[in-house]
Amino acid sequence: MAHHVLRPPITEAQVRALRVNDTVTLEGALYGIRDANLIALFDRGRKTKFDLRGQAAIHTAPNVRKVPSSPQHPTGYAPVCVGTTTSARMERFTRPFLEMGARIIVGKGGLGKGSLDAFGELGGAYLAIIGGTAALETTWIEAIEDVDLDDLNPESIWKFRVRGFGPLLVAMDSHGGSLYDEVQRVSRSRREQTLSRLGVK
Amino acid sequence: MRVEPAAVEEVARELYIRALKMLPPDVKEGFARLAGTETDARAKQVLGTMIANIRVAEETENLLCQDTGIPIYNVVIGRGVDIGGTELQRAIRRGCERATREYPLRSSVVHPITRKNEQTSCGPGVPPIHIDFSDEAEKLVIEMVPKGSGSENNSWLKMAIPAEGVDAIKTFVVDCVLDAGGKTCPPTIVGVGIGGTSDLCVALAKRAATRALGTDCPDPEGARLERELSEAVNMLGVGPQGLGGDSTSFAVHVEIAATHITMNPVAVNMQCHSARRASAAITPAGVAYGY
Repeated sequence: MAHHVLRPPITEAQVRALRVNDTVTLEGALYGIRDANLIALFDRGRKTKFDLRGQAAIHTAPNVRKVPSSPQHPTGYAPVCVGTTTSARMERFTRPFLEMGARIIVGKGGLGKGSLDAFGELGGAYLAIIGGTAALETTWIEAIEDVDLDDLNPESIWKFRVRGFGPLLVAMDSHGGSLYDEVQRVSRSRREQTLSRLGVK
Repeated sequence: MRVEPAAVEEVARELYIRALKMLPPDVKEGFARLAGTETDARAKQVLGTMIANIRVAEETENLLCQDTGIPIYNVVIGRGVDIGGTELQRAIRRGCERATREYPLRSSVVHPITRKNEQTSCGPGVPPIHIDFSDEAEKLVIEMVPKGSGSENNSWLKMAIPAEGVDAIKTFVVDCVLDAGGKTCPPTIVGVGIGGTSDLCVALAKRAATRALGTDCPDPEGARLERELSEAVNMLGVGPQGLGGDSTSFAVHVEIAATHITMNPVAVNMQCHSARRASAAITPAGVAYGY
């Protein structure tokens, strides 16, 4: 159960060193992705200006405030509240996203088998953040450095600069490990016992 | 008691922001209870982070969660309250729009087919405004619930039949909790609607999911089922965030309505751990905010 501090770009060797139950703190760039921008990229053929090779992304759409552009707020957006959305909806986009070179997805609630296979084949990992703790998460965001596909706002592709972002839990790794699968196996194995306690015949 | 639409608009605006920032005391107590009984080390940590987030939100005056949800307003109009029905609805909608623009909040609401976001948290039929009436003469109560999508996306309806009995209801609830796993941001409040028509059944489940912790179903049979199911779902080991542990749910809440002799409907709607709501009572003495 090692702790890793990762500053993108992240190499394949670095991501393959991550094992479930390890923890990670991210430093530097973190991209915000979710439903609308992934649909735009992978179903509608739109392109992003961002080079995602070796990068980390989080399933999010933040609350932001428009401010005058400045060195602190180069895009004219200040973060108000940045949190994490349920990853399961983005399941089918994991593989093409990794094929763009991305290495890390941060999310909540976990991803499925297709994503786990993609992490193994392409070299990636899923880091669990605690969903619903956006006030805390926002304190780890230094700035919104850049934004793309902003016509989809708030579902733009965001580029955050983060500091001490974590600790995050490695919940799915490139070696077939998934904490969600483990917990699901346990909870499903308790179904009959639970129904029996309820007197269900 | 005459209530001016401008006052309602201001309250509707304020309630949306308050609900997003301040977790009700019953939910905080629910966290303290789970943190005290949890036996899994990781789950204890996860609960600790959630509790820390509540503190950070208060200290930094920030939103608890980035999901501003689908705004829902529940209004209870006292017998002696004088305000036009449509002006009340328009005032609430304006308040919701103003909260979104002026704070500013993320507008999480889009047209369901074009997916266009008007950046107002409003759209056709949204915010839903539910109106009820009371015998309290000079009191207008407005409750605001920003319903997060992680939990709302885990909503189910089963039109079971009488031959399947209460067993079908219990089995359905357990299977919904298993299917939801970590996607609903557990620990959750599991809202169960039993009976009614299909639409009433789903509405009951929502009412149950957004009811204050520590309150019981007014129907004794429903209350008994709540206690049984609350204990049962926490035997499953889903745990906070679906990462394992005892604390899968704060509670299972049940709401019931009579149903047809041929029907046995059951619906499940979940509320995430950020179980946000805020309310305001408008009386001749002024506006009193609460939860």
